[in-house]
Amino acid sequence: MSNQSYDPRVNRLKLGNADDPIKVEEGENWNVYEVFHQEKRGAHHEHVGCVHAPDPQLALVFAKEQFGRRKKCVNLWVVRSADILAFDLEDEDMFANNLEKTYRDASGFKVMDKINKFKGEAVKPPKA
Amino acid sequence: MYGGGYIFDEPNKKQLREEQQHDDPEKLAIFEARISKGEKIEPGDWMPAEYRRQLTRLIEQHAHSEIIGALPEGTWITRAPGFKRKLALIAKVQDEIGHGQLLYNAAETLGKSREAMINDLLSGKSKYSNVFNYPAKTWADVTVIGFLIDAAAIVNQVANAKGSYGPYCRALERICYEESFHLKQGHDALISLATGTPMQKAMLQDALNRWWQPIMHFFGPPDKVSQHSEKLMQWRVKMASNDEMRNQFLDTYVPKLWELGLTLPDPLLHKNIETGRWEYTDPDWDLFFKVINGGGPCNQERLQVRRWAEEEGRWVRKALMNPKERRALPVA
Ligand SMILES: [Fe+2]
Ligand SMILES: [Fe+2]
Repeated sequence: MSNQSYDPRVNRLKLGNADDPIKVEEGENWNVYEVFHQEKRGAHHEHVGCVHAPDPQLALVFAKEQFGRRKKCVNLWVVRSADILAFDLEDEDMFANNLEKTYRDASGFKVMDKINKFKGEAVKPPKA
Repeated sequence: MYGGGYIFDEPNKKQLREEQQHDDPEKLAIFEARISKGEKIEPGDWMPAEYRRQLTRLIEQHAHSEIIGALPEGTWITRAPGFKRKLALIAKVQDEIGHGQLLYNAAETLGKSREAMINDLLSGKSKYSNVFNYPAKTWADVTVIGFLIDAAAIVNQVANAKGSYGPYCRALERICYEESFHLKQGHDALISLATGTPMQKAMLQDALNRWWQPIMHFFGPPDKVSQHSEKLMQWRVKMASNDEMRNQFLDTYVPKLWELGLTLPDPLLHKNIETGRWEYTDPDWDLFFKVINGGGPCNQERLQVRRWAEEEGRWVRKALMNPKERRALPVA
């Protein structure tokens, strides 16, 4: 290297010519794993991002470094990104709700109205 | 760090203009309506070719900046003054490498492989934030980087976190959370020198004098000369102009330097009370472009160290590689 570095470790490397071509091959940085983080016992595992790793075990190790080093964490899952099956984003409209869905909802069932009506009628004195 | 405010653009734009014309106008209208409603764009969504290209460039260069940015600071881990400063610096440098990983992943969702991005960095085709082409000469430089360069990066990253691309926003959310620690530990270390012995004060003042111009360069050329990109603003790729971000930075941080009795090497630097904007001597923009194009004091060293790491690490990566694996891009 023409200039001395302020870092003695860099000088010790005796780095060669900057024009030396090095080409990283496709696949050299391994595969992609999605990471799911559990903040506390009883909570869901939530997707937080991904890591590159050669296998699932190392993916867990890297996930711990990347996603478990600060905030609270009790567990992590990893899964190969290639194994995730998802709906096509263009099909988003299939999740659109029919507004008339009270039959699916607790609020769609007015039991108290019926009980009160029944009680109101029951306490009336029977006609002589 | 370090969403370098300035994102280097490759000179050839002609071909991309043509690509842009091939975007389906109906899909483009839906895409733009989605953004104007404040909705996020996700990897599987249709997007204009130019949006994909600009975002890839932006996120990739941001990722490179995180990785290269760790080099000048990493240099000082072995020589940090005291155990607490050493622990904080190790943690910060590890965070920066983590930021690089998060951002590479976000860029990959746009279709460019990790390997292609690293190759473009090593060959010099893809840039990183210009400030890292300057050396960290003394410990005071590390405090200036930790406080002011991280502060500048935060201004930029907080703005970008409100952008339109989902994976980038999610990465930035996590990054900004960690940056608050970087800023605080940098400020703390800088205050120690500023309130220390005359020698410590002089060392800090010297570092500040050397770093001031690169810091003024950080957000890129002034709005009056940089090609204004209406489209990128409309698509919420670029969230604020260079001058706006620089002004915001000066407004928050110059008073924090002055209150410590430090000076800045620009006699014109002051806030115009009437306009509310900061005025300053224009930094040397020719120098800025010279450094971006390889002419800075550390360009060569940074890339050589990065190449060395790729070469020396290769046998480990290869030994662990499983060529039969079905590879994929990150999902989100
Ligand atoms: Fe960072
Ligand atoms: Fe940082």
